[in-house]
Amino acid sequence: MKSLPARLAQGEITRILAITAVVLAAVMVFDACWHALMAQNPFGGPRPAAEPQVGGVIGWILAKQSEFYREMSQTIRAAKSDGSAVWTLLGISFAYGIFHAAGPGHGKAVISSYLVANEETARRGIVLSFASAFLQALVAVVIVAVFAWLLSSTAKTMCSAEKAIEIVSYGLIAAFGARLVWTKGGGFMRALQAKPAPAMAVATAGHHHDHGHHDHGHAHHHDHGHHQHDHGHDHDHGHVHDEHCGHSHGPTPDQLAGPGGWRRGLGTIFAVGMRPCSGAILVLVFSLAQGLFLAGIAATFVMGLGTAITVATIAIVAVSAKGLARRLSAGREGGGALIMRGIEFGAAGLVLLFGLGLLFGYLAAERATCL
Amino acid sequence: MRTVMQRLLGFVLLITALGTAAAEAHPHVWITAKSEVVYAPDGSMTGVRHAWTFDDMFSTYALQGIETKTKGVYTREELAPLAQTNVESLKDFAYFTFAKADGKKEKFNEPIDYYLEYKDSALTLHFVLPLKAPVTSKQLALEVFDPSYFIDFKFDDKDPIKLVGAPAACQMKFQRPNDETANTQRLNEQNFMNGDNSNYGAMFANKITVNCP
Repeated sequence: MKSLPARLAQGEITRILAITAVVLAAVMVFDACWHALMAQNPFGGPRPAAEPQVGGVIGWILAKQSEFYREMSQTIRAAKSDGSAVWTLLGISFAYGIFHAAGPGHGKAVISSYLVANEETARRGIVLSFASAFLQALVAVVIVAVFAWLLSSTAKTMCSAEKAIEIVSYGLIAAFGARLVWTKGGGFMRALQAKPAPAMAVATAGHHHDHGHHDHGHAHHHDHGHHQHDHGHDHDHGHVHDEHCGHSHGPTPDQLAGPGGWRRGLGTIFAVGMRPCSGAILVLVFSLAQGLFLAGIAATFVMGLGTAITVATIAIVAVSAKGLARRLSAGREGGGALIMRGIEFGAAGLVLLFGLGLLFGYLAAERATCL
Repeated sequence: MRTVMQRLLGFVLLITALGTAAAEAHPHVWITAKSEVVYAPDGSMTGVRHAWTFDDMFSTYALQGIETKTKGVYTREELAPLAQTNVESLKDFAYFTFAKADGKKEKFNEPIDYYLEYKDSALTLHFVLPLKAPVTSKQLALEVFDPSYFIDFKFDDKDPIKLVGAPAACQMKFQRPNDETANTQRLNEQNFMNGDNSNYGAMFANKITVNCP
């Protein structure tokens, strides 16, 4: 039972390294092609000014996304007279999405923490990443369609809407985190108690579950206990169900699509995906003003696709890191479980901290476009 | 045998994966700035006059929903409510202008003489930031930047900063953030990961120093 996830983790890490390398290579090839293209493209416009000198990978990511972002407005203008520039726009949007998400941001942190806190799989992580990125793009399109296109609202009104959505989204993350902490705290406490005196713990009600399943059934009664006042209980419900079905860590397609399958993690998708990216809003309003709203919508979704790829990659790394931790702590009877429950509890705490930090402004997130 | 090191590696991987939370930091708005440091006849510095030109994407965004008599032409009057909104919002960000006189922080009053101008599909916000109290100092340091780097400030290539009415002996020095000679803190993974990103935009600060001996 223990060796299966171990082997999986090793395989996954190799795969992630491969995927990361491929994505980076693809981006670099794209970049090279793009600049070669720019040399001949009469609609290219002037090259953007040099970005501030910053070092390291992060600096490079920042410089790249600034560059792509600035090229977007020029390309949208070019597309007015030359339809083929729309394809260029989509290319830039995709690249921007990849780099945008590679920078720091709460979305991927919340998704990764959620995956680690729960006994989730890499595949689930990919699904969550794509779903939340898609929702994010959709929200941006709806906001601009309603406020700018239908109502002709001013930027001030649009910004107020963005801010309201932002607060709800952060509140959701905090609530979601609080719930995770509650459930995972129980498991952690039991693991803590179980370690020094397993005999004593037997007396605890419902413990025979934990015993038989190496502590895996811990979430069971807790989730049920908090059914009534929790909007997002569906996914954990399915989650517990999974654990009872033999601790499988690699889901089969029918597990993903099965009862509660897609609904699992719905809370994460909403909490993360509800808040639109300010960049997408700007691009959409700009393309609407140029009479190219459809191109802007397409660009927004392509941007989301790029974002999803990066977030999914990071989510896979997080899940694999947990797999590695599990492998390393396996074989240490009580201690292994304690470490794993501790990691899950810590990750749950992180989701709560992100939510609270964002909600009360301790964590700087991307600003809504209000000026 | 599983060593402590191996276990640590697992945790480090996990923390690294999760630790990328701190700040969303990359510019979405670009401002080309021209500024004047304004002095009173008695040689005291009274305030800063800014002219900030927004990039065309943000300009378009800001103009969204504003009614005009002639399509595509925005008069100063038609833009007045937007200018009002702008300066009110800027208050939350301390106008992105940070002044120190002989090392002591100086505060600004609310902007006066503010208006927007629309030219060549770009909006320019003009405003004067008066100091709470005019200050006479040997050294005046002004920084213009967005601490969260949502806005990128770039000073105009030709005439970025002017001293207006300054005593003749005063000398001005201007450092751009990407100036190689500038002793700006370099962004790297180290200070990115250490969590304190609150003032991370400071490394993209434009620094103006006026020395009046």
